[in-house]
Amino acid sequence: MKIVADTGRCIGAGMCVLAVGEVFDQSEDDGTVVLLVPEPPASMAGAVRQAVQLCPSGALSIAESPEEEEQDAGDG
Amino acid sequence: MTEAATRPVTLPLARVRPLDPPEDLARWREEDPIRPLAYPDGHQGWLVTGHAAARAILADPRFSTRIDLLHMPIPQRAAQFRSTLRRPGFFLRMDPPDHTRYRRLLAGQFTVRRMKRLEPRIEEITRDHLDAMEDVGGPIDLVRAFALPIPSLVICELLGVPYADRKKFQRDSAVLLSLDSTVEEVEAAMNDLLDYLDELVRRKRAEPDDDLVSGLATDTDLTDEELTGVTTLLLIAGHETTANMLALGTYALLRNPAQLAAVRDKPEVVEDAVEELLRYLTVIHIGPVRAALEDVEIDGRLIRAGESVTLSVSAANRDPERFPEPDQLDVTRHAGGHLTFGHGIHQCLGQQLARTEMRIAYPALLRRFPGLRLAVPPEEVPMRTNMAIYGVHRLPVTW
Ligand code: HEM
Ligand code: SF4
Repeated sequence: MKIVADTGRCIGAGMCVLAVGEVFDQSEDDGTVVLLVPEPPASMAGAVRQAVQLCPSGALSIAESPEEEEQDAGDG
Repeated sequence: MTEAATRPVTLPLARVRPLDPPEDLARWREEDPIRPLAYPDGHQGWLVTGHAAARAILADPRFSTRIDLLHMPIPQRAAQFRSTLRRPGFFLRMDPPDHTRYRRLLAGQFTVRRMKRLEPRIEEITRDHLDAMEDVGGPIDLVRAFALPIPSLVICELLGVPYADRKKFQRDSAVLLSLDSTVEEVEAAMNDLLDYLDELVRRKRAEPDDDLVSGLATDTDLTDEELTGVTTLLLIAGHETTANMLALGTYALLRNPAQLAAVRDKPEVVEDAVEELLRYLTVIHIGPVRAALEDVEIDGRLIRAGESVTLSVSAANRDPERFPEPDQLDVTRHAGGHLTFGHGIHQCLGQQLARTEMRIAYPALLRRFPGLRLAVPPEEVPMRTNMAIYGVHRLPVTW
């Protein structure tokens, strides 16, 4: 999975950092999101999805690679 | 949709049980989570009690927080708001791009990492107040001895406001948040506070210190007037809210001994416990409120441009579709996704500070005084139904 962060929308609420501090950080400058691990391993997928869901400003989304989508569908 | 469900109602504040939202809200949420609401100024708007709808509207840019567009669901609030909150720097009441400018300037100061750095100092402040309580001995009012002074001192140090002046701003902000205050009282308190902080801002500009207001004065293009507004908003928002969470949260735990024991004895539940207390208590018991900028259809309801919508987050946080057994306080559940800090671009700027304060203060209090108990019967604790932020006026405790 690949995380897409739109810093233009981010309001620096820090929900993503609280949810998965290993993957998300915030800029010291304006508090907006910084991706520490833009392509997190599958083991973190659940937590990352939750962070995306918690983000109050809709700044985060996930771009799945085609193979993973297939895999996800296969896991059903 | 039944006939009864479409009849406009007025927003209730009175509670049968002090820890549960007014009962009508639960019934309305079941019947119709988006229903007509009669506003005291004659406006016909909406009341949202369902979690999904409230969350969607809070995140929707077609709804505004501009004070000149809003109708308030509580009579006193309407007049109070109009006269005070339309000022430079009050970005809570601005839409993008004005809001964005302020939020960008401030968010870097309230990051998760910044708040982590404050932990040792917050622990120290908490310890000092517990020591003082121990010296004085019970019974004691926990609001004055613990819940109010800790967040007040923390926000003062962060902003660079002298704590010695606390009587002044605590009194002014109590007037500003009281639903019993007259418009004249609110205006006087606001002017008093603005005058005081205006002088502070000028002082910081002349002689910058190592604090947030000095940093904003030197590093940004904010005018004195804007900076005074920002400081006022941060000072009020920064101490009353957390103070009420600390006192009301302790009251809730004292009434639920098993939950209290878990928070006291199991460090690993504290994080979840704080989220659950935020959800269960929802001290923001009126609103937030938004106004539609254009016609918006949500769940088959047409909200027309100009209509106000009151998002009852206290009802939404008890929505069984989002939180199973919502009326149960369960400090071990994952209450993430509650709307107590709002949602969307205005979601609380100070939430990581508030979390840090609560994660430190609750367990420290309960561990220092394992025998903590109410010094009066629970029903005699005066509840803040007449304040913009819910909580207890006083909490007499002993140990
Ligand atoms: C438990 C404590 C707190 C609660 C429950 C709380 C709740 C809220 C809520 C619900 C909002 C959004 C209002 C809306 O959407 O209309 C908000 C915004 C805000 N809060 Fe808090 N708050 C708390 C603590 C704090 C603290 C400690 C600070 C200051 C450091 C603070 C500063 C702010 C500011 C500046 C905003 C406006 C944000 C914006 O418009 O972008 N709050 N808060
Ligand atoms: S949760 Fe969303 S708004 Fe908050 S810091 Fe992360 S990306 Fe930005």
